[in-house]
Amino acid sequence: MPALYAKPSPPTDDKRWKIVDTRMRRMGDRPAALIEALHAAQEAFGYLDEGALHYVGDTLGVPPSRVYGVATFYSFFVLKPQGEHTCVVCTGTACYINGAKDILAGLHRELGVRPKETTADGKVSLLTARCVGACSLAPAVIIDGEVRGKVSAGDLIAQLEAM
Amino acid sequence: MSEQPVAARPIRRRVVTEEVHEGPVRAHAYVCEAASCLSAQSHDLMLRIGETAAEAGLSDVVVKRVGCLGLCAAGPLVEIPETGQLFERLTPADAGTVVAALKAVRPTDERRPQGPFFEKQLRVATENMGRIDPESLEDYVERGGFEALRKVLTEMTSSEVRDEITRSSLRGRGGAGFPTGLKWTTVAKAEGKQKYVICNADEGDPGAFMDRSVLESDPYRILEGMAIAAFAVHATEGYIYCRAEYPLAVARLRTAIRNAQRAGFLGVGINDTSFSFDVQIRLGAGAFVCGEETALIASIEGKRGTPRPRPPYPAVEGLFDCPTLINNVETFANVPTIIRKGADWYADIGIGKSKGTKVFALAGRIVNTGLVEVPMGMSLREIIYDIGGGIIDGRPFKAVQTGGPSGGCIPAQHLDIPVSYESLIELGSFMGSGGMIVMDDTSCMVDVAKYFMDFCRDESCGKCVPCRVGTTQLWMLLDQITQGRATMADLAQLERLAGIVARMSLCGLGQGAPNPIFSTLRYFRDEYLAHIVDKVCPAGVCTIEQPAEVMA
Repeated sequence: MPALYAKPSPPTDDKRWKIVDTRMRRMGDRPAALIEALHAAQEAFGYLDEGALHYVGDTLGVPPSRVYGVATFYSFFVLKPQGEHTCVVCTGTACYINGAKDILAGLHRELGVRPKETTADGKVSLLTARCVGACSLAPAVIIDGEVRGKVSAGDLIAQLEAM
Repeated sequence: MSEQPVAARPIRRRVVTEEVHEGPVRAHAYVCEAASCLSAQSHDLMLRIGETAAEAGLSDVVVKRVGCLGLCAAGPLVEIPETGQLFERLTPADAGTVVAALKAVRPTDERRPQGPFFEKQLRVATENMGRIDPESLEDYVERGGFEALRKVLTEMTSSEVRDEITRSSLRGRGGAGFPTGLKWTTVAKAEGKQKYVICNADEGDPGAFMDRSVLESDPYRILEGMAIAAFAVHATEGYIYCRAEYPLAVARLRTAIRNAQRAGFLGVGINDTSFSFDVQIRLGAGAFVCGEETALIASIEGKRGTPRPRPPYPAVEGLFDCPTLINNVETFANVPTIIRKGADWYADIGIGKSKGTKVFALAGRIVNTGLVEVPMGMSLREIIYDIGGGIIDGRPFKAVQTGGPSGGCIPAQHLDIPVSYESLIELGSFMGSGGMIVMDDTSCMVDVAKYFMDFCRDESCGKCVPCRVGTTQLWMLLDQITQGRATMADLAQLERLAGIVARMSLCGLGQGAPNPIFSTLRYFRDEYLAHIVDKVCPAGVCTIEQPAEVMA
């Protein structure tokens, strides 16, 4: 397929596309590179918009339906821009029996967000993770990439509100 | 989830002396830098210890980072291996304490026992954990690394390697316990020019972090295990399918692969033989079902991770339709040691049909949360009470959950049963990948069953109806029970439907999904009845509104 067409050009002239291009080229621009390419695009841009999905699909010779199917199948990929900060609440078993449920309930009550939602002011995106492996710190949350262990709902809400 | 759970900044090994001091090193400080301790600032701690030692003029000590020391609950941990001293819950401000202890180490000091948590373990797959710098090839080689690969390439034929693994009775450590030797033989005999070896590092069970710790602490071992397997089954390409949620493990694997390639342990013509093998990493993207082998293969091929019916098994028709060997991280971790020490040595450990050791991740309401490796056949009581230190705050033990979402809850009356693949299945549970979640009287077993069903409902790939629809219906029934709205007819329906989902589902996810229900019903039926008949939650977890007619 790719041989029949000219190589598509990136949706924007953002330099970050070069990183995505390199990752795809290293795997021979073949359909099997789809997930790696989506990882690369999300790492570079923070989320996957329609242009990114089309560009990756065109480059690898994968139809849009399949690209969209894969991007929505895996929970790691997000198709919407995220808030300024992200808060990931671990809902692994150890965190669950140590009170992750109360944390999520508290965040919903006080900040009005459910998992996969962003607060109305666009400040904080709330996500959940199926065990981040920090079971000894249960319940654990990850705020902007930093793991916080043994958190309580009250402290966490105060911290997020202060952001 | 694009956020990385752990700071993935580059970490350099810090050797205080080496160029300054030529004589032997008097003492080491091993600072744990696995994910759990790192998130408690163990890297800053290591730097502080190094600086403080330098300021104190200590020129014959080495401060180095190591992989997981195992006792994650007490992190960050520092060990002085010469004396066996272990420092727990340190902050960077405590660096002085460690340096004072380093100063006091005498060459005549003997290593003292470190208590039952460490002394009762038997380390095979994790033998290098907490002993070596995870990214240092020299450290790995110094501890006998790549000796097994060299032995295999120079002294053995591929069928001898397969026989050795078969005789060791090693079984798949991913959960199901399929005999590893048999799997290798099937792949070796399968026809096909191109064959693949895949390492399944998509450790999805919540509460399980064995594979993560092994990858973070001893990545070269996995590469060696895979290379030996590739030699045994005539494969030339390997993939490690690792969760994207484990950025530190991925980073260390990448470094290990690069270093091993440079040193000629991976690549073309390994050890000056005609054997070639190389490894690539593929990242998962947050789909639990990709731990299932056919779904994992689909994911490596860049597709949605949905399983397909077997046969044909991946051993015959796997990745890109070629014969493919898939083993779990821990299985590969055992291979180099088996080759080095011999199949008989390994087969002497363990009981019955379950030979060798098993790595468990202890978590939940247990004192010593962490990673342990014990011989098969040790009782749950020894693992939980002697090694694990018992229940937090001395509360009563209620159940231990093994096997993740496909496993079950084992109650107190079975604590003395020796752990093996067979005994756990007999108890209605499952070995699984090795997560052990301990629960006390603050956990409601119906709520726990609901939690796992919620997990399976969410992670069901949607391909087959029994799993996609069944798990949702089961969850709704459990939800009714926890709200006190269910009747005895609902309970009967729950049991019937659970049986259907278990029998009819396409892959292990659906087949195992009802297991938490079966096992909690078997041992804790009274809790279900309390919710349904008496409308109370004995553990006080579920909120049950009293129905209006009862109130009136």
